Amino acid sequence: MNKARSNPLNTTLMHGALILYTLIALFPVFVILINSFKTRKAIFREPLALPNSESFSLIGYETVLKQGDFFLYFQNSFIVTVASLFFVLLFGAMAAFALSEYRFKGNTLMGLYLALGIMIPIRIGTVAILEMMVATGLVNTLWALILVYTAQGLPLAVFILSEFMRNVSDDLKNAGRIDGLSEYAIFFKLALPLVRPAMATVAVFNMIPIWNDLWFPLILAPAEEVKTLTLGSQVFIGQFVTNWNAVLSALSMAIIPVLILYVIFSRQLIRGITSGAVK
Amino acid sequence: MTALTLRNVNKSFGDVHVLKDINIDIEDGEFVVFVGPSGCGKSTLLRVIAGLEDASSGEVRIGDDLVNTTPPSKRGIAMVFQSYALYPHLNVRKNMTLALKQEKQPKEVIEERVSEASRMLNLEDYLERYPSELSGGQRQRVAIGRAIVRHPRLFLFDEPLSNLDAALRMNTRIEIANLHAQLSASMIYVTHDQTEAMTLADKIVVLRDGRVEQVGSPMELYNNPANKFVAGFLGSPAMNFLPASVLGEDGSHTIGIRPEDLKASGSGPLKATVRHVEELGGDTNVVAEMDGHTITVRMFGQFPVKQGEALSLTAPEDRRYRFDASGGRITS
Repeated sequence: MNKARSNPLNTTLMHGALILYTLIALFPVFVILINSFKTRKAIFREPLALPNSESFSLIGYETVLKQGDFFLYFQNSFIVTVASLFFVLLFGAMAAFALSEYRFKGNTLMGLYLALGIMIPIRIGTVAILEMMVATGLVNTLWALILVYTAQGLPLAVFILSEFMRNVSDDLKNAGRIDGLSEYAIFFKLALPLVRPAMATVAVFNMIPIWNDLWFPLILAPAEEVKTLTLGSQVFIGQFVTNWNAVLSALSMAIIPVLILYVIFSRQLIRGITSGAVK
Repeated sequence: MTALTLRNVNKSFGDVHVLKDINIDIEDGEFVVFVGPSGCGKSTLLRVIAGLEDASSGEVRIGDDLVNTTPPSKRGIAMVFQSYALYPHLNVRKNMTLALKQEKQPKEVIEERVSEASRMLNLEDYLERYPSELSGGQRQRVAIGRAIVRHPRLFLFDEPLSNLDAALRMNTRIEIANLHAQLSASMIYVTHDQTEAMTLADKIVVLRDGRVEQVGSPMELYNNPANKFVAGFLGSPAMNFLPASVLGEDGSHTIGIRPEDLKASGSGPLKATVRHVEELGGDTNVVAEMDGHTITVRMFGQFPVKQGEALSLTAPEDRRYRFDASGGRITS
């Protein structure tokens, strides 16, 4: 065994660094969380203090829940995120499989074209997208958001997944062909399970920006019944008065679903199923 | 009856001409080994036969059927891969039955064939295990079992032993030979290892640069190689090649002599210096230098010789192979 790796000093330093980073990363979340349980005065007097019997208050959550539409916003955000991720992963994996598996003219060119989107921010095309959505009558529907986010997520997904698809053993795919599996069966039954860790990575990368996005919901779907959570929370932020209790409570609640999705995907990151396939 | 017929098969990848006018006939029940150095096109040829690659031109017939455009699963073949290529998410039984289920075979048939194959390969205790829980040798047996259950017209083996260690390789080699005897099926086996080729084959096809160099039984090729390449490729240690002038002959360019045909004797006309000795117990390989050429001498039994010693050798006239400048064999 490598001596340097089991050295207790190194281990301590390593864990120390990781713990420090964890604290820094979690600190803002922690501040939001504790302040969401405090009265307005307490938030401003001692922002870093924990809520005590004097400062404890659920007024923020009450305001948010009384707002009525909050659950609808929640649901909208959830539908948009999950549907977008589903399409990004499905189409991304399909394109990656085709690019890595089949020899056809312009294969490399197609790969580059699909990767181009990584370099060009989709927001540059906002006006054109809005025009298209108006023309197709998709404005103020969740579909508008799902389509845009799918397009936004695909380039990176194709790029990452095709690298992983290339590593899926050719022999395995050929064994499937000899056993009479169709190309679709080979894709869904053999290739997809083997790139699951990569798909989880792509999902995590895409999930947070979609969930947190304010730009496209504001432009493409500002109507009350299709508002997402981030957009819906903006009602508490006024030009002159901001209801901080409500904003902090809304944000706290907004963390939960992302957290759940993250746990689901991160479990998939655990490898193991691929071992034993070849060699 | 013929199991496989290849007529003028060519294969190109873009500008690279990988297979050049391949013509091969394989009889029913024959064990044929494709052998050649890496990059000679032997695996590509196997993939063309399997249908994983299309032939650029030429005819591929399995049995009497022209199969150029038939998908792999409909060709009546089964293939065993070097990397085993087991389905990682299916247990051994499901690995073996997948193809039969795809063919929509009745349940009883599937059951019977699996038990038959697992008995043959001693896999009965492992049927519910997953590939990740098996050793290399067991995985290879599962891969072979997956081929057997299909009752194919033609078995294809793509370097199936390359990933196994030496001892296991020999055992599995014997198992494959036994399997061939039991099933009396036609088999094609690709390898770069000439020992596997010599020990398993009824018929060897030697390939180089996408061309068939020679076809014949192992002993035919060993005793009567058509050219310098085949002579040098088969046999271990490899044949010695010396310029004809060194042996005092003319009329040929190069003379080949097998290491075991060189005899050491006190009065031999050829003088060499020992450079290295490999003592294997059963026999001894002596690497020596003669007129600036390295030669190998294989002695049977143990032979007390040291580095730097002088060695007198005889190369019997009737054991010499003569080749012309282009490597072709001169027979007279």
